[in-house]
Amino acid sequence: MMAGYTENELAKDLADREYQYGFVSNIDADVVPAGLNEQVIHLISAKKNEPSWLLEYRLKAFEVWKTMIEPNWAHVAYPKPDFQAISYYAAPKQVKKYESWDDVDPEMKETMSKLGISLEEQQRLTGVAVDFVMDSVSVGTSFKAKLAELGIIFCSFSEAVQEHPELVKKYLGTVVPISDNFYAALNSAVFSDGSFCYIPKGVRCPMELSTYFRINAGGTGQFERTLVIADELSYVSYLEGCTAPQRDENQLHAAVVELIALNNAEIKYSTVQNWYPGDKNGNGGVFNFVTKRGICEDHAKISWTQVETGSAVTWKYPSCILKGDYSVGEFFSVAVTNNFQQADTGTKMVHLGRHTKSTIISKGISAGQSQNSYRGLVQIQKQAEHSRNFSQCDSLLMGSVCGAHTFPYIECKNSTAQIEHEATTSKIGEDQLFYCQQRGISEEKAISLIVNGYCKEVLNQLPMEFAVEAQKLLSISLEGSVG
Amino acid sequence: MLKIDNLHAAINGTEILKGLTLEVKAGEVHAIMGPNGAGKSTLASVIAGKEDYEVTSGTITFEDKDLLEMSIEERAREGVFLAFQYPVEIPGVSNVNFLKTAINEIREHKGRPLISAKDFLSLVKQKSSFVGLDTSLTSRSVNEGFSGGEKKRNEIFQMAMLEPKLAVLDETDSGLDIDALRIVAGGVNALKSKDNATLVITHYQRLLDYIIPDFVHVLYDGKIVKTGGKELALELEEKGYDWIKSAE
Ligand SMILES: Nc1ncnc2c1ncn2[C@@H]1O[C@H](COP(=O)(O)OP(=O)(O)OP(=O)(O)O)[C@@H](O)[C@H]1O
Ligand SMILES: [Mg+2]
Repeated sequence: MMAGYTENELAKDLADREYQYGFVSNIDADVVPAGLNEQVIHLISAKKNEPSWLLEYRLKAFEVWKTMIEPNWAHVAYPKPDFQAISYYAAPKQVKKYESWDDVDPEMKETMSKLGISLEEQQRLTGVAVDFVMDSVSVGTSFKAKLAELGIIFCSFSEAVQEHPELVKKYLGTVVPISDNFYAALNSAVFSDGSFCYIPKGVRCPMELSTYFRINAGGTGQFERTLVIADELSYVSYLEGCTAPQRDENQLHAAVVELIALNNAEIKYSTVQNWYPGDKNGNGGVFNFVTKRGICEDHAKISWTQVETGSAVTWKYPSCILKGDYSVGEFFSVAVTNNFQQADTGTKMVHLGRHTKSTIISKGISAGQSQNSYRGLVQIQKQAEHSRNFSQCDSLLMGSVCGAHTFPYIECKNSTAQIEHEATTSKIGEDQLFYCQQRGISEEKAISLIVNGYCKEVLNQLPMEFAVEAQKLLSISLEGSVG
Repeated sequence: MLKIDNLHAAINGTEILKGLTLEVKAGEVHAIMGPNGAGKSTLASVIAGKEDYEVTSGTITFEDKDLLEMSIEERAREGVFLAFQYPVEIPGVSNVNFLKTAINEIREHKGRPLISAKDFLSLVKQKSSFVGLDTSLTSRSVNEGFSGGEKKRNEIFQMAMLEPKLAVLDETDSGLDIDALRIVAGGVNALKSKDNATLVITHYQRLLDYIIPDFVHVLYDGKIVKTGGKELALELEEKGYDWIKSAE
């Protein structure tokens, strides 16, 4: 049971007050000079040896992007990134494939062990196949053979472009079109690498597929691209975890994730996001502008679970397009903001098919001087008969100078739909704290207990090992937020 | 064990305790009775260290240490337990997780090793049957959705788990049916030893049929105005508080 964590390990973790993954490793990176123009896109595409249709896709995206302006409807304020000051590609110099674990650059191994994700251990202990994305190029892919037996493809995006171009070409941009939004267009033009996953018809993926992303080289924006396709009657649980090294200047992260669940397929996508949030005074930190969306065909199900503790600015709405009849979309979210963090996050549930169903459980926690917004759209289209939505958006405030905001949008064009929305805002109870402390529990630990309890519905959705990590992150990110 | 001397305490600038003096020795059971609003819960909160209350003068020592200098959790770890008049709900936190955290914090404070999962579970089993708490309640969220009586029983369960030196029971009997009352009282009596003490706040003489007090005090308008033996409770039951008020 994950409940055991707080007693045993929290104290140790709490002693470690600074951002625990804040380090920079010194792997030589092959970095494209800063700036964005057609030439740079040609260069990225050439370096990756891409087919011409993909180059064209990128160029078209760039054209579209140039006509767009950065959105400012979100409840966040930040200095706009200078897109010409960013380098759009960095690959570790040593890009040769590793035949065995022994061949892997020792420094890279050290980086991984600092992250606490030694591949061997992951493999042995957890049965998780890890596709480790470091500075945009996958350096270690494991369990491939076992997955291959089942016909499952799990590889870096670049590899998929080389080896399964027909799948990539068929699905890329079908859920998040180039023109969807400013950051999606940018990503489509310059995406560096990411993950690709295909589960064939009728296959239940026997293990959690996991990718650890991290930003490494100084000043490199990161533009991940993820594409997950679950063919008919298949199932996959996909984990995405992020840690980023500490640094002073703001870093831009604009990922695009597309999920495709064909008839009767199910995709469970879980994220623990822990990018560097900036220091106590609001300096530095990652800008996280992500577009995540999935499409469900008949009887398909997509479930997004996220625990967002990091980043200086977060702008993220994992969404479901419930195209097929009887399809199901779920969104479970915990978003924590502390100090000067700003988060504007939520989901969109677009009901197109009949008898479609969506559930939204959002738990926002704001501390310090942070701003935490839930923004959600539930849209029932005309033909979506007998559709249902249940939304519950809770906000927990710690202290009196932070902000919690809820922006629910409901558009209903079919009168047979049932929509329920519940929202609560509470302060962490003085009475609850006193009760815990009266039993001998320190204030910090009491807060951690209460907050974890508050988020339980969401944490319970996470696979075990992720749930433990998420609990730790919650405690760490709320440290010093009371008193 | 507990010495309260001329204690004055206020909340939001209003003085509630107005020179309260009380001594509780190890092995004793004291009952505190008094009309609504007299300051009984206030006294319990001040002993536990609730920060809303300002102690304007007077002292409290606990085992010769200055209790007022200690934080809430230090007092608890030193052995002060308060069974709340209104137990608090903590959604999503299981009773067992809550108690395990508490036990380990107390153990850590005393430099003792943390409790093993096995020992903890057998302790839960033993103590929950002891106070007649349905075991399904031990894994539910702390007090969430508990009936009034279950909440009170849960307080006694926690007391049994934490084995405090000084237990302050604030109207633990209210809301209990007669069987529960017997069980709770039985729990308190069984935990009684020459090394610990109990302070029972109650409105009803009935409880004192089960928990036999060594002393009964009447708290009125922020002070102890009368002290006697068990028979004082009977007298109060019969005559109410007016005779004490007018005697003032
Ligand atoms: N926050 C507060 N501000 C002002 N007065 C308060 C506050 N809290 C409590 N009081 C007052 O303090 C007095 C004592 O309250 P307390 O709860 O200690 O009484 P009690 O003896 O426990 O009563 P009961 O038998 O009803 O439980 C009451 O008059 C109450 O109204
Ligand atoms: Mg009271």
